[in-house]
Amino acid sequence: MSVSVKSLTKTFGTQKAVDNISFEAKEGEIVGFLGPNGAGKSTAMKIATCYLPPTEGTIEVCGQDVRSHSLNVRKNIGYLPEHNPLYLEMYVREYLDFVGSIHLSNTTLKKNRINEMIELCGLEKEQNKKIGQLSKGYRQRVGLAQALLHDPKVLILDEPTTGLDPNQIIEIRNLIKAAGKNKTVIFSTHILQEVQALCDKVVIINKGEIVANSTPKELLKLKTNNSLVVQFKEEISEKDFRKFINSDKIENLGQNQYRIAVAENDDIRPKIYQYSTENKLTLVKLTEEEGQMEDIFRHLTINNK
Amino acid sequence: MWQVFFKEVNSFLNSLIAYIIIFVFLTGIGLIMWVFPETSVLDYGYADMSTLFSYGPYVFMFLIPAITMRMFSEEKKSGTLEILFTRPLRDWEIILGKYLAGFALVFFSLLPTLLYYYSIYQLGYPKGNIDTAGTTGSYIGLLLLGGVFTSIGIFSSSITENQVIAFIVAVFLCFLLFSGFNSFASINWWGRYSDTIDKLGILYHYNSLSRGLIDLRNLVYFFSVIAIMLLSTNLILGSRKW
Repeated sequence: MSVSVKSLTKTFGTQKAVDNISFEAKEGEIVGFLGPNGAGKSTAMKIATCYLPPTEGTIEVCGQDVRSHSLNVRKNIGYLPEHNPLYLEMYVREYLDFVGSIHLSNTTLKKNRINEMIELCGLEKEQNKKIGQLSKGYRQRVGLAQALLHDPKVLILDEPTTGLDPNQIIEIRNLIKAAGKNKTVIFSTHILQEVQALCDKVVIINKGEIVANSTPKELLKLKTNNSLVVQFKEEISEKDFRKFINSDKIENLGQNQYRIAVAENDDIRPKIYQYSTENKLTLVKLTEEEGQMEDIFRHLTINNK
Repeated sequence: MWQVFFKEVNSFLNSLIAYIIIFVFLTGIGLIMWVFPETSVLDYGYADMSTLFSYGPYVFMFLIPAITMRMFSEEKKSGTLEILFTRPLRDWEIILGKYLAGFALVFFSLLPTLLYYYSIYQLGYPKGNIDTAGTTGSYIGLLLLGGVFTSIGIFSSSITENQVIAFIVAVFLCFLLFSGFNSFASINWWGRYSDTIDKLGILYHYNSLSRGLIDLRNLVYFFSVIAIMLLSTNLILGSRKW
């Protein structure tokens, strides 16, 4: 196990930020770490990177405890904190050189790695600029480059795509995917498509507790409530429709489209067809909506109190 | 440790701080020593450097906090401290790296004043009529004083995210430690303890060194204050782990 979190608890004063969570991440796995703001994601990451000590429980990185082998753990980790703090007055190359000098004592190896990272992160044109002059997307690349520079076994990224435009998000995502081939990557995000696109495993936490720990596919099977989308060609009376279907959970989507929430074992499609024939309506659309990542996320983090 | 040291030194050189500090220090001291009539060596007529050593601490009192004020507070504010602390570096390596960088700047701003020594040595009548032992002691004293002020500055910088607060706290602590105890001791309350209180301040040990006698007790005093300040810094920065 590259990273194993063992009944980790962290309290700040009387507030429990992380409450007895356990999960594991294997080598080569990309783990998405989800949860609403304030759920304890960043705290858990800060513990894994030895910035904060755990109150109870522990995290092992490559078999080494964050408490007793802090220095070795830090050697094996590449970390991109939330908001990507950087020395704005430093030049890109200068900064990478500083980071490299901490991790790599061999100067030629350091030089090669810096060049590789500059190429991998697409910083060739920006390498002689000050970090403060770069746009947000490029700063994020510098942040990733410093995290990857020493070729760490474990990569911990706290919201690496926040605040970027869609193109940049995809670029950063590809970078994570390319860089994370032989590494364990744990990253937190609020973008749920990202989890589907990138992750082998999803861990969702809410109020410091784990509420889901599985693969994205399995998570999608947790259909919370299905819904049907119906569209008629003609105007209909919503009141009658409601009465006929005998359901309150009908949402008017406009253009004679309605979304009907249905219980799991209740198939109301025949009923809708019946309604349309009885009223001589033309049914133009009848589709079943699958449970979306967003729904599952909402379900898991709002209902579980 | 040296990685942090070189990073800080580079940042001095890139941000012009180093040049400005050295320029201001040398111009200020140069004016006081050679131009301003009340304090000028040339008008005074004696071949000694006491002007440098009596005004130097007061110039350092403002310049050194200006050098050190950003060292931790800026990193705290921008969040880069988190990146620094999650590197495979021990806390004391980071503190010592920054401390030595600050001290190096103090050292290099003091270095050109050796020229004053040479000038006065040449100007003395007869030539070389200068108290070399006293001057050497004073130089050691001023350097150690710079070391103490730097450690105070580093400490002040670690307690706040705000550079202005770090600066003001550092100046105040430097002043208190330098001449505060001496002034306290002169109040008529302490009776026979006034001497002990005087010894708590830097001025007593500084004056003692400037007589040209390198007394171990004085050196121990300076190094203890530096150690206490740096250990307090370590404690403050480690407080996130409590």
